Amino acid sequence: MGDKEAMESPTPEPTEGAHRWPLWEVFVRSSRGLSHVHAGSLHAPDASMALRNARDLYTRRNEGVSIWVVPSDAIAASDPDSKGSFFESPQGKDYRHATYYTKSEGVKHL
Amino acid sequence: MARNMQQGGRSAPRNAAEAPVVEALSAEDAAGLENFDRIIAKDSRVEPRDWMPEAYRRSLVRQISQHAHSEIIGMQPEANWITRAPSLKRKSILMAKVQDEAGHGLYLYSAAETLGTTRDDMMDALVAGKARYSSIFNYPTVTWADMGAIGWMVDGAAICNQVPLCRASYGPYGRAMVRVCKEESFHQRQGFEILLELANGTPEQRAMAQDAVNRWYAPSLMMFGPPDDDSPNSKQSMAWNIKRFSNDELRSRFVGMLAEQVKVLGLELPDDQVRFDADTKKWEYGPLDWEEFKEVLAGRGPCNAQRLERRRSAHEDGAWVREAAAAYAEKQAAQHTAANAQKAAA
Repeated sequence: MGDKEAMESPTPEPTEGAHRWPLWEVFVRSSRGLSHVHAGSLHAPDASMALRNARDLYTRRNEGVSIWVVPSDAIAASDPDSKGSFFESPQGKDYRHATYYTKSEGVKHL
Repeated sequence: MARNMQQGGRSAPRNAAEAPVVEALSAEDAAGLENFDRIIAKDSRVEPRDWMPEAYRRSLVRQISQHAHSEIIGMQPEANWITRAPSLKRKSILMAKVQDEAGHGLYLYSAAETLGTTRDDMMDALVAGKARYSSIFNYPTVTWADMGAIGWMVDGAAICNQVPLCRASYGPYGRAMVRVCKEESFHQRQGFEILLELANGTPEQRAMAQDAVNRWYAPSLMMFGPPDDDSPNSKQSMAWNIKRFSNDELRSRFVGMLAEQVKVLGLELPDDQVRFDADTKKWEYGPLDWEEFKEVLAGRGPCNAQRLERRRSAHEDGAWVREAAAAYAEKQAAQHTAANAQKAAA
C-alpha cells in the first residue's frame, strides 16, 4: 500500500479492522441514450449495498437513471508509463483523420 | 479508483521522503521526476499511477484528508439545528445540506485513497485526535441565525477556496472539487436566504441575524489560513499547481464579496476597516486574531472536545452495523459459492 508508512500511523487499533469493506467503482448513466460514465468510488460490503450507497452518494440530484458498480480490483488498467509502446503513436497516422484530406476543401456536404 | 489503477509498480522508494531527493534519485526516479516536472510545467494533471515526488504525495494526503475531515466534522454544527428548524421546509433543506457535507467528505476520502492511504487510517487519525480539520467547526451554533451565517459566510469562504482547487494539478482532487463546488452553491444561497428573511423580520430576528454575522465574520475570514508570510506550505503548494492563489489573495477577494452582499441583507460587517484599495485593487480588512486561530487549531477552541467526542461515539456506535453488513456479505458470498459448486456437480 503506497506510502502508508509515510503517514503517521495512529496508535489505537481500528476496532473493525477485520471488516474493511472493499472498494467499488461507480458508473452512472445520466440519461437514456448516454453511456455509463465513471463517477467515483466508494466502500461497501457487497454489490447491493454498493448500489444503494452509490445512489445516495452520486445521485442525490437526479444525476442518473442507471448505476453500475464494479469491484475496483476487477478492473485491469494499462500502465501509465507505456504511452510510447502501448498506445500507437499518432505520428504518421494523420490519414486516419478527416483533416488529412485537404484537396476536397470547399466541396459541399463532404 | 482501483488499487491497480492507483499505484504504479514504480512508486518512489520510501526513504526518498526523508533523504534529500535531489541526490538519491535512481535512473527510474529521475525519469519519473522529469515527467512530473513536465506535467506541472504544462499545467496538465497528475493521475494516481504517475510517478510523483513523495513530498507532493504527502502534501496532498495531508490537504485532502484534512479537507475530508472538515466536511465530516462540519456536519455537526448544523445537525445541531435539524430538530429545531423553524419550518418543515427549512428542516428538509438543512437535512439535504448536512447529507451533502457527508457526501463531500466521502468524495474527498476517495480522492485521498488514490494516493495510497486507507480510509481506516484516516478515520482512525480523526477519532484519535491526530488529524486536523478546519478550525471554523469548533465554534458553537447558538441560534437559528447561525445556520444562515454558516451558509452565507462559511460556505461562501469554502467556495472561494474550492473553486480554484477544481484546477488542482492532482486529477482526483480536482474532480472531487468540481462535484463539491456544484453542490455547494445551494448551501450558500440557502444561508443567505435565512439571513435575508431574519433581517426583514421582527427587530429581535434582525438582531439575531446581525449577532450571527458578528460572530462568524472573523472565523470565516480565518478559514483561508494564516497570512501569506506565515503560511509555510503555501509556496510549494502553489509551485505544484495545487493551490492557485495565496491565502491573503483569496481572503481579500472574499471580503469584497461580503462587503457587497451584506448591503442586500441590510446588515453590517463587524469590521470598520473594510475598504477597497484603489491602488492595490485589493479589499482591505481589519486585523484578525491569529492567536485565537492557533489556539482553536491546537484543540483549545470552544467545541473541539465535543466535536471529536461526537465523531468518536458515532463511529463506535455504528461499528455493529458495519460488522453486521460485512458478516451478511460474507454469508451471501459463501452461499453463492456453495450454490455454484452444487450446480457444477449436477
